[in-house]
Amino acid sequence: MQIPYEVTARPDTGLYNAKLGIWLFLASEVMLFGGLFSAYIFLRLGAEDGYWPHGLLNVPVGAGNTIILIGSSVTVVLAWASLKMRKFMQYKIWMGISILCGIAFLVVKLAYEWPQKFEHFGAFIKKDALSKYEGYLGNAHLKEKGLDPRVEVSGHLHEVEINVDSAQKDKLDAFLEANDLTMSPEAEGAKLLVVEHKSEEGKPREGMSPGVAEDLEAVPGVKVIAFRLGLDPVNAEPMNPESDKPHFWYKNPTDIPGRVEREDVESYSAFVPKHSPYFAVYFTITGLHGLHVLAGVLIMIYFWLPIAGGSNMFKRNPEHLANRVEVVGLFWHFVDLVWIFVFPIFYLL
Amino acid sequence: MSDSHNHGKEVSPGTEPAHKPHDMHLGLYLGVGGFLICATILTVYLSYVDFGSRKANIIVAMIVATVKVGFVAAIFMHLKGEKWTIWKFLLFTMFFVAGLFFLTLLHTSDPIFGTTHNTH
Repeated sequence: MQIPYEVTARPDTGLYNAKLGIWLFLASEVMLFGGLFSAYIFLRLGAEDGYWPHGLLNVPVGAGNTIILIGSSVTVVLAWASLKMRKFMQYKIWMGISILCGIAFLVVKLAYEWPQKFEHFGAFIKKDALSKYEGYLGNAHLKEKGLDPRVEVSGHLHEVEINVDSAQKDKLDAFLEANDLTMSPEAEGAKLLVVEHKSEEGKPREGMSPGVAEDLEAVPGVKVIAFRLGLDPVNAEPMNPESDKPHFWYKNPTDIPGRVEREDVESYSAFVPKHSPYFAVYFTITGLHGLHVLAGVLIMIYFWLPIAGGSNMFKRNPEHLANRVEVVGLFWHFVDLVWIFVFPIFYLL
Repeated sequence: MSDSHNHGKEVSPGTEPAHKPHDMHLGLYLGVGGFLICATILTVYLSYVDFGSRKANIIVAMIVATVKVGFVAAIFMHLKGEKWTIWKFLLFTMFFVAGLFFLTLLHTSDPIFGTTHNTH
């Protein structure tokens, strides 16, 4: 089948067909992301004071990723311009850099930013128990300054205190074995058991995944009594004026111990979508955006490789290849454009 | 995208003259890229400046982001000087997105019936 007007403009629209097609697609994408951004606004306006977290994301890393995406937008437009000037090697170089930038963005997101969140523990405290945790929350201090209260204690989960029904202890033992967990020797045989990760001698303890704690609670006969954690700086020093507002430099959880009783906890989890409306909409939007980055990278690789539909097209019909690169470029700029809004609303505001 | 059976019908491939670097506005693309990076740094800086309320900080950040997006769309996506057909699509899209956001705002206040909801 002959697809008309791939290279030259169609007389009535004044555009080659693929360009018309990509703009219609981008219009539908605007509606898709528009819906998600309006969900963000809806959730944020509906959040009670203190329940919309701030400062949980790594600003320098997010800013770095923004600069990577902007840089790739420049290089992809230079790749297109190189084809228009019929400079093949320049095209290969600029397109190659664009591809590498896209991959770098995904690596930062998937290998660094997201996994860090999956290991971070947060427990929302019940409203009637907030005063009990004033030492971690510092709400009197915040009230004096007219700032939103803190309602969550967070950090790295180290240990979980439990009671177990002795008749069902075999189920707990099987769970501990399967998850590479152990009970502190001094607590063995006592009524209160402390579960922690096995650690090799001389090496620092890795901490426990919050997801494992949730699974532990689901083991028959197990009753979680309390969580022991290494507190986030904001809970370790809640009265410190430096903790009043989010920092530019991300601060890892400290080794300062904290203890939160299960009966005082409204909900707990890792920093995953079910943690809060904030992380639900964060992972939805950045996940969908990440899929767009992946799609863009795959298409750019296709146009870069020396294959019939890729850079080999340069010899046969360079203008057609230039149009293809312009179309993927339009998609790529849209991906950049979405991120320009994503970065401030999740990382900064 | 099928490319294996439809080449060379509309133009003689490779025979049209190559564009000159001057025509391709390479300096403009680099300049806009530099501006966008500076604007990103500015966005981060401004988020730590106290404009009186969180709402004010959000408005400032959204203004900077909108200017950045405007440059991406106008220069990188060639909307500046683009055909009216595309502009028509986008104006329709903007209208419907605005409608979507308007519906969201009904969550907190209803300008039609003049009521205000307590969201808490």
